[in-house]
Amino acid sequence: MTSPLALEASGLVKSFGDVHAVAGVDLAVRSGSVYGVLGPNGAGKTTTIRMLATLIKPDAGTGSVLGHDIVREADAVRGLVSLTGQMASVDEDLTGRENLILLARLLGLKRADAKARAAELLEAFDLSEASGRLVKNFSGGMRRRLDIAASLVVTPELLFLDEPTTGLDPRSRNQVWDIIRSLAAAGTTILLCTQYLDEADQLAEGIAVIDHGKVIAEGTPAQLKASVGSGALHIRLLDPEQRRDAERILAAELGTVHLEPDPTALSAPCSDADRAAEAVAELARSDVRIAGFSLAQPSLDEVFLALTGHKAEDQTDDAVEAA
Amino acid sequence: MSTQTQDIALRNALASTPRPPRATPMSAALTYGWRGMLKVKHVPEQLLDVTITPVMFVLMFTYLFGGAIAGSTGAYLDYILPGILVMSVLFTTVYSGVALNTDLTKGVVDRFRTLPIWRPAPLVGALLGDSVRYLVAGTVIVVLGVILGFRPDAGVPGVVAALALTIVFAFGLSWVFTTLGLLLRSPNAVMNAGFMGIFPLTFLSNVFVDPETLPSALAWFVDVNPISILATASRGLMDGNADGGDIMISLLVAAALTAIFAPLTTKLYRSRS
Repeated sequence: MTSPLALEASGLVKSFGDVHAVAGVDLAVRSGSVYGVLGPNGAGKTTTIRMLATLIKPDAGTGSVLGHDIVREADAVRGLVSLTGQMASVDEDLTGRENLILLARLLGLKRADAKARAAELLEAFDLSEASGRLVKNFSGGMRRRLDIAASLVVTPELLFLDEPTTGLDPRSRNQVWDIIRSLAAAGTTILLCTQYLDEADQLAEGIAVIDHGKVIAEGTPAQLKASVGSGALHIRLLDPEQRRDAERILAAELGTVHLEPDPTALSAPCSDADRAAEAVAELARSDVRIAGFSLAQPSLDEVFLALTGHKAEDQTDDAVEAA
Repeated sequence: MSTQTQDIALRNALASTPRPPRATPMSAALTYGWRGMLKVKHVPEQLLDVTITPVMFVLMFTYLFGGAIAGSTGAYLDYILPGILVMSVLFTTVYSGVALNTDLTKGVVDRFRTLPIWRPAPLVGALLGDSVRYLVAGTVIVVLGVILGFRPDAGVPGVVAALALTIVFAFGLSWVFTTLGLLLRSPNAVMNAGFMGIFPLTFLSNVFVDPETLPSALAWFVDVNPISILATASRGLMDGNADGGDIMISLLVAAALTAIFAPLTTKLYRSRS
């Protein structure tokens, strides 16, 4: 049995002047799932989210949240969604606690309930100690957590997270990931925009890859990676003189070998850890001295290269950022 | 805190929230007013412009020009104090537009705009909060005036009535500057454009001098200038001989400004992308 759709979009278009920020995006997000929208800066992710969250009107196309049209029933949609934007969507001039009480009051909680709810969320997001501090003095990770907490003052049916870990250190990023997993486990539908394949892979059950305002691929993380092809075994040698030997051995073990610009480096496509280990062992047996090696998943760059034939460079335009 | 207890706390936090009925328009607006008050609490320095500037104006005009204009500083104080009150409070309204423009550069506005609340609530609330600033500016003027020897005939009730009328007028006028705040790009541009408007309008009124000595075209403008009418009404209220027509016109101008610019501001606020 299929669950009902929490979010549907069809042919969404938005231009700013000559910049076609979103050029026909279709999305279908199952209720209770985490859905990733993956793409580089300027691909149209933020503009898409802003249309779906009723902040801007699409030029063409339709969208609905739990059956409510994002344009005609914008007010109903606002009652169902929360947005954690790319720019911190909390008030920096207030304390963490005041931010949450403010939102709780605006969402209709009584004064005492608002205070209790704020305390509960601060506790759950590990922010109790900092709750009396002005948000402008928060660290990046704390600010993000508060931002997500602010979206959950009243549990939304659908949560938009726009690049929730961009700019965070690894520890804070892991905390945010844990929070997203808990939210998903509790049944909140999440639309997660990200530039990191790794992040979408870790958290999302479905992914849409977006480029130049269009969805260019869609599927589960596994399907997507399979369509991109494999990861790669990267080898760094101690002695560049040995690269030719290493190339011969790797070619025998793994097939194609790519010589990197760095004279000590070479790589070969490979996604099977056992075969990679075998290839590395063979190099060692042949007295090729290795400085380091890694087996990497395809990066967003490789995904883009495979899907579009061009690199995932920042695609232009402050217009999208400013939007 | 371990990940597991954190996870449990998080799940509890997520589980325990039935959606409450929507906030009433009044409650939402007052909550935004509270936000304004909190900002003053955290950065009290922002009240400097509404306290120091009026003091400067009163002292400067009374002692620098008073003797020359009205023969004595005392006589001029009686004339100018209600006028300065009007001017200081109206100047403060420009900052409402500047504050709104500053607010827009911040991500929190996106969150406000996705809330299911009465649409003008953030704006009405901000202006209610600003009304407190107008009250502070007005009170500083009156207290300073009394210290300098200003003794209005209508006493405290007259002063309170003049202050109230001025604040109502300011509330209406501030919608013009919030519209400006949404149309212009930077807080500085709002400040410049705002004062470019309010400055000549204030000086081409009867706030500082009786228009009797002015050339006739100028005198005509000064007479129909709503700021003159408001200043005359304030003077009348403080002296106990207010003209009902002046009060009525002041209130009507405030109502008209609100009727035109409040919906415009709201529309711009919602559609600004």
